[in-house]
Amino acid sequence: MRLEIRAAGFGGQGIIRAGLMLATAACIYGDKNAVETQSYGPESRGGACKSEVVISDKEIDFPKVSKPDILIAMSQEAYNQYAHTLKQGGTLLLDSDMVLKQKKNLDIQVFEIPATKIAEKLKNTIVANVVMLGAFTSITNLVEVEAIKKSILDNVPKKTGKLNLAAFEKGYDYGKLLKKKKR
Amino acid sequence: MTQERTVLTGKHFMQGDIACAEGAIAAGCRFFAGYPITPATEIAERMARRLPEVDGVYVQMEDELGSMAAVIGASYAGVKSMTATSGPGFSLMQENIGLAVMTETPCVVVNIMRGGPSTGQPTKPGQQDVMQARWGSHGDYEIIALAPSSVQEMFDLTIEAFNLSEIYRVPVFVLADEIVGHMWERVTIPSENAIKRVNRKRPRTLPEKYVPFLPDRDLVPPMASFGEGYRFYATGLTHDETGHPRTDTAKAQQELVQRLCDKIRKNREKIVRVSANMLEDAEVMVVAYGTTSRSAMSAVREAREKGFKAGLLRLITLWPFPDKEIAELAKRVRAIVVPEMNCGQIVREVERAAKETSVIFMPKLGEEPHRPVEILDAIQRGSYK
Repeated sequence: MRLEIRAAGFGGQGIIRAGLMLATAACIYGDKNAVETQSYGPESRGGACKSEVVISDKEIDFPKVSKPDILIAMSQEAYNQYAHTLKQGGTLLLDSDMVLKQKKNLDIQVFEIPATKIAEKLKNTIVANVVMLGAFTSITNLVEVEAIKKSILDNVPKKTGKLNLAAFEKGYDYGKLLKKKKR
Repeated sequence: MTQERTVLTGKHFMQGDIACAEGAIAAGCRFFAGYPITPATEIAERMARRLPEVDGVYVQMEDELGSMAAVIGASYAGVKSMTATSGPGFSLMQENIGLAVMTETPCVVVNIMRGGPSTGQPTKPGQQDVMQARWGSHGDYEIIALAPSSVQEMFDLTIEAFNLSEIYRVPVFVLADEIVGHMWERVTIPSENAIKRVNRKRPRTLPEKYVPFLPDRDLVPPMASFGEGYRFYATGLTHDETGHPRTDTAKAQQELVQRLCDKIRKNREKIVRVSANMLEDAEVMVVAYGTTSRSAMSAVREAREKGFKAGLLRLITLWPFPDKEIAELAKRVRAIVVPEMNCGQIVREVERAAKETSVIFMPKLGEEPHRPVEILDAIQRGSYK
């Protein structure tokens, strides 16, 4: 099984960090192989940014994502550029505070998560990426909750651990609710 | 200082650049001089943090000319030394890389290749500095360059680079593309005792009897460190065995430059490394290195599933070039496919080695590496040659 995940947004949103958290959870705290590659511009904030994660039971040769099974879109630009690259029936998680216009007639499953607003309520928009990751976890069931929590703590400064775990829980619960509604 | 801090034994999810820095420290590197540049900055960052922990020295230099000069100086003081850069910095280092070749200075230069020429595309991948690595400094010389294709190899081959530089007293390049440098993947770091470290040969004579550039039978002279009583002269000018300039005789030039080439050429069997995959019965051989070799491996597996007899020769050593190995395999295949993230560099060497065998070249510029399906297509074309 080879699973391709792409997260995209702009520099500063923690797109690459979210990809790393996911890949670490699968690879170090799970029993899968995982590779994360990234693409960003020369600017430190504001430019287009994407993080690609491949998870597999087998050795991973080609490390890049060509047709993602899952897309996390955290900006309108990312949505416009990548929504149509999803596999047929693929899963799209979008930050509904950032992606305001959606295309019609795409054969995909869309989950809208107000990640930025949820993060605002936690008084720090910087954790919107972890809110999305929480939603990702409950919607996709791809990684164990405990594994991803450990990997989140590995990937953030110690003093922000609590905040990030709170963001994860909020996202997780929101995702769970969305999934229930879809059924 | 604890052992655990020197070698981070265990399983990690790590970035290629960081694994390179950890490989260097595990190999015994204790001096880094550099000027941060995308996509090699993470190596400098890691070394800046890690070297003080292991009693090493990190120096942020004014530029890449100075960086390379400092690396040579530190190595001459007896410390395993390195720098890391990308294309624009590699260009600036070329003059002093020549000095390192001429003064037979063991050192490691990492080049995480981005898109060039000039400042090009700083955050995007390339394999465009392969020929520069071979011929970038003026004059005749032989050099060693290794091409990692995974995070594990960023660790392993950096150690190998240090060992080769110590054995042959030559700068050794780690030539990785941006994708391998920035990629995160699992790396297994062995225990301290399991890491093979080689140190340069030391003089076996008293200081007053030391002839600094008198080679042993392997063509490599033992090396004393500055400051320990062996007083000698090292220069970029053509010199004799005593190290003193001999700028006016043909003999001195012939002897020295020939030896600098021969110490690599005559030891090539010990240096050259390739990885052969599914080549036993292959009709089409893909020759690739770095990230491109991973696209190629996917393509070869797919080709096999479709019934095409394809195989991959992954180049681990780029210089000295594995020409004998390719020549031998070329006789047995219909066609050779060479994908590279440039407009045609290693393919020239492959063509030289392959002689009559048809070579299909696949250039690639820009952000993405070759997609496996593109290479698969070339394999299929090669099958009908």
